[in-house]
Amino acid sequence: MRIPISAMIGLFFTGLYFFIAIFAPWLAPYGMTEAVGDVWEPASSTHWLGTDSIGRDLLTRMIYGGRTTIWIATAATILSFTTGSVLGLLAATIGGWVDQLLSRLVDLLMSIPSLIFALVVLSVMPVTITVLILVMGLLDSTRVYRLARAVAVDINVMDYVEAAKLRGEGRSWIIFREILPNALSPLVAEMGLRFIFMVLFVSTLSFLGLGVQPPAADWGGIVKENKEGIVYGIPAALVPAVAIATLAISVNLVADWILNRTTSLKGGRG
Amino acid sequence: MSDALLKVRDLKIGATVYPPSGKPHDIEIVHGVSFELEKGKVLGLIGESGAGKSTIGLSAMAYGRGGVKITGGEVWVNGQDILKQGIRDLRRLRGANVTYVSQSAAASFNPAKKIMEQVTEAAILQGKFSRKEAEERAVHLFDKLGLPNPEKIGNRYPHQVSGGQLQRCMTALALCPEPDLVVFDEPTTALDVTTQIDVLMAIKAAIRDTGVAALYITHDLAVVAQVSDDIMVLRMGETVEYGPVDQIINNPQEEYTQALVSVRSIDHEEKLPTPDPVLTVNHVTARYRGTNFDVLRNISVDLHEGQTLAVVGESGSGKSTLARVITGLLPPAEGEINFAGRALSPALEQRSKEDLRELQMIYQMADTAMNPRQTVGTIIGRPLEFYFGMRGAEKRKRIKELLEEIEMGDGFIDRYPAELSGGQKQRVCIARALAAKPKLIICDEVTSALDPLVADGILKLLLNLQKIENVAYLFITHDLATVRAIADSIAVMYQGKVVRYGTKSEVLSPPFDDYTDLLLSSVPEMKLGWLEEVIAHRKMESAGN
Repeated sequence: MRIPISAMIGLFFTGLYFFIAIFAPWLAPYGMTEAVGDVWEPASSTHWLGTDSIGRDLLTRMIYGGRTTIWIATAATILSFTTGSVLGLLAATIGGWVDQLLSRLVDLLMSIPSLIFALVVLSVMPVTITVLILVMGLLDSTRVYRLARAVAVDINVMDYVEAAKLRGEGRSWIIFREILPNALSPLVAEMGLRFIFMVLFVSTLSFLGLGVQPPAADWGGIVKENKEGIVYGIPAALVPAVAIATLAISVNLVADWILNRTTSLKGGRG
Repeated sequence: MSDALLKVRDLKIGATVYPPSGKPHDIEIVHGVSFELEKGKVLGLIGESGAGKSTIGLSAMAYGRGGVKITGGEVWVNGQDILKQGIRDLRRLRGANVTYVSQSAAASFNPAKKIMEQVTEAAILQGKFSRKEAEERAVHLFDKLGLPNPEKIGNRYPHQVSGGQLQRCMTALALCPEPDLVVFDEPTTALDVTTQIDVLMAIKAAIRDTGVAALYITHDLAVVAQVSDDIMVLRMGETVEYGPVDQIINNPQEEYTQALVSVRSIDHEEKLPTPDPVLTVNHVTARYRGTNFDVLRNISVDLHEGQTLAVVGESGSGKSTLARVITGLLPPAEGEINFAGRALSPALEQRSKEDLRELQMIYQMADTAMNPRQTVGTIIGRPLEFYFGMRGAEKRKRIKELLEEIEMGDGFIDRYPAELSGGQKQRVCIARALAAKPKLIICDEVTSALDPLVADGILKLLLNLQKIENVAYLFITHDLATVRAIADSIAVMYQGKVVRYGTKSEVLSPPFDDYTDLLLSSVPEMKLGWLEEVIAHRKMESAGN
């Protein structure tokens, strides 16, 4: 099996970021909230990326920030996927009023811009990581629901599903053994894209002050803390921005590759 | 250069394949085919799927479908080697000098444009006729092809005419620019037999009257025998036999051609009904939810143990709906069904596991009837596990026995459906049904999607299994040749009603009612001049008109 160069790059960076996120406490040179130097020191041998707006080591903040951002995004993606795909598959197989109720509810949620919705909810709820994950995961599950339902409706009318029904199989066999394996490849590819969306979402919320609360670090928060520096020509705010961008692009490359590999459409007709 | 209109010499065609593992590579799919076609003559190209007949047909326009390339040989049209021509010259050739009629007219017409616009488009675009001339010619062709209201039919949209009519419109489309050559690619395969005969007749008359030459591609030798002057039998991209139609039909030289000619000659002695039928359908009427239209009207049929009831009719006659009612997918509005001496609950959800086990089903498209992510072992093993609680070695042993029964080795146990041929897929579906040890198997058009020789194998297997397992078949089909081969009793359906019902010999012996007569006479026979004979003796117009 040959992996194309773009996917290789994607896999490398995605792997690197996840590795750093998991082993952050061992990799970070300083403590997360420890002030170790002057304000906005330039990069040097002691502080590879310089220091931030209150003299903390920026590399350390970035490492811990990555850990928070990736952890929240991963947890929210998993939540949105399990909720969205289970409900979507149920709606597709049961049909009737269950499908109608769930689908209209999802339409309702989707008609409100997620960011505005999240801002309203987070401004009345205590902002903890759990609440953040729940709000983001549930809001995003509407999109997964739509995809899962659409894919499953197509599969549900295949003869092998009818054959399983005629055999007398229960709903869980039909969903998890007949439909899910065939719906998996579009769902997995979508998972990568949803994950990126979560990274952007949590960063946006933190930048707006409703996400991860200081002194805990996350990439959106680091942009916010250092944004004044840009006026004085200090690039500290750009470092997390670059990190967000590279993570987004790498995950996209991986997702593209998976979709390409699993789809049967390769050149020409069928 | 002789005066042949189309001359193909040593044609080689290649394609790129993308195996799941390994690099894409090129293979040759047509290995040096040669033939000639004179003006006003028809050459039939015949073979199974994958024989390369459509690919060869399209090469007459120097065209290859996605990924297909013409790699060698010469194709001369009107004294010019079109393989050497550039795209500009080819554009003038295609749609003007050489035209194409595809299998599915419904998929080929643009649903948003009127028929007249599409029929005349190529002729006008190529500058052969003015709009007015082209429209006059189209009306003339509609008339010639036997379409009702030739002046007005062009104003309709494709969905407003029937399938058989649309196929004839497509023929008009191909003939409108006065081409030298028309490529017919399975033009009647998707039609009912009773409609097919009208379309065949129309095509034949149009070819005769316009003096056009034609390549006629089909997998049905009996059909091609009616319209062709010469026949070329193809197999896996090579010529098996090539000669005048009379020689191929009446005196085939090659073994493969002989097999094709004698296909469906299975002899099956009809069994007499037993006192207790295994399935009794009693005055059943059914309609789909939210509609008022009765798809089935007062249907009553019996099926006896270890026997075969064939349900025949055209598409839309309600055959498959009857299967849905018996399986419980569509509870009947009125009437009842008795199975193995007990009343069956109308709805699937209320049926016992025993009812479900004893009533199995096999589908037309084996491709979609098997989960592509499950191995053959899982597909056949699941009913064993589900109904009999078999596990591990016991289950595996039984799967192997079943694979033996369907004449496939146990080497197939870990294969996926995508790795099987069409006939093997259908065999696996049969094994899955047998695994449940059923009393009745509903076979819904199980051989329609298969090549004739493969279909023959499946029918023989089904008959053999019936002897061993004493299972009854409810055999739904539109193909009367299949019915003759395997049925013990027959129900002829027309517009939701059973119009004729009885043992095979009763149903197939005169006097016939009008519909059964039409249906029986429409089945193409492997004999020259059959088409003209039938048309001369017809009592009833087909529903497609």
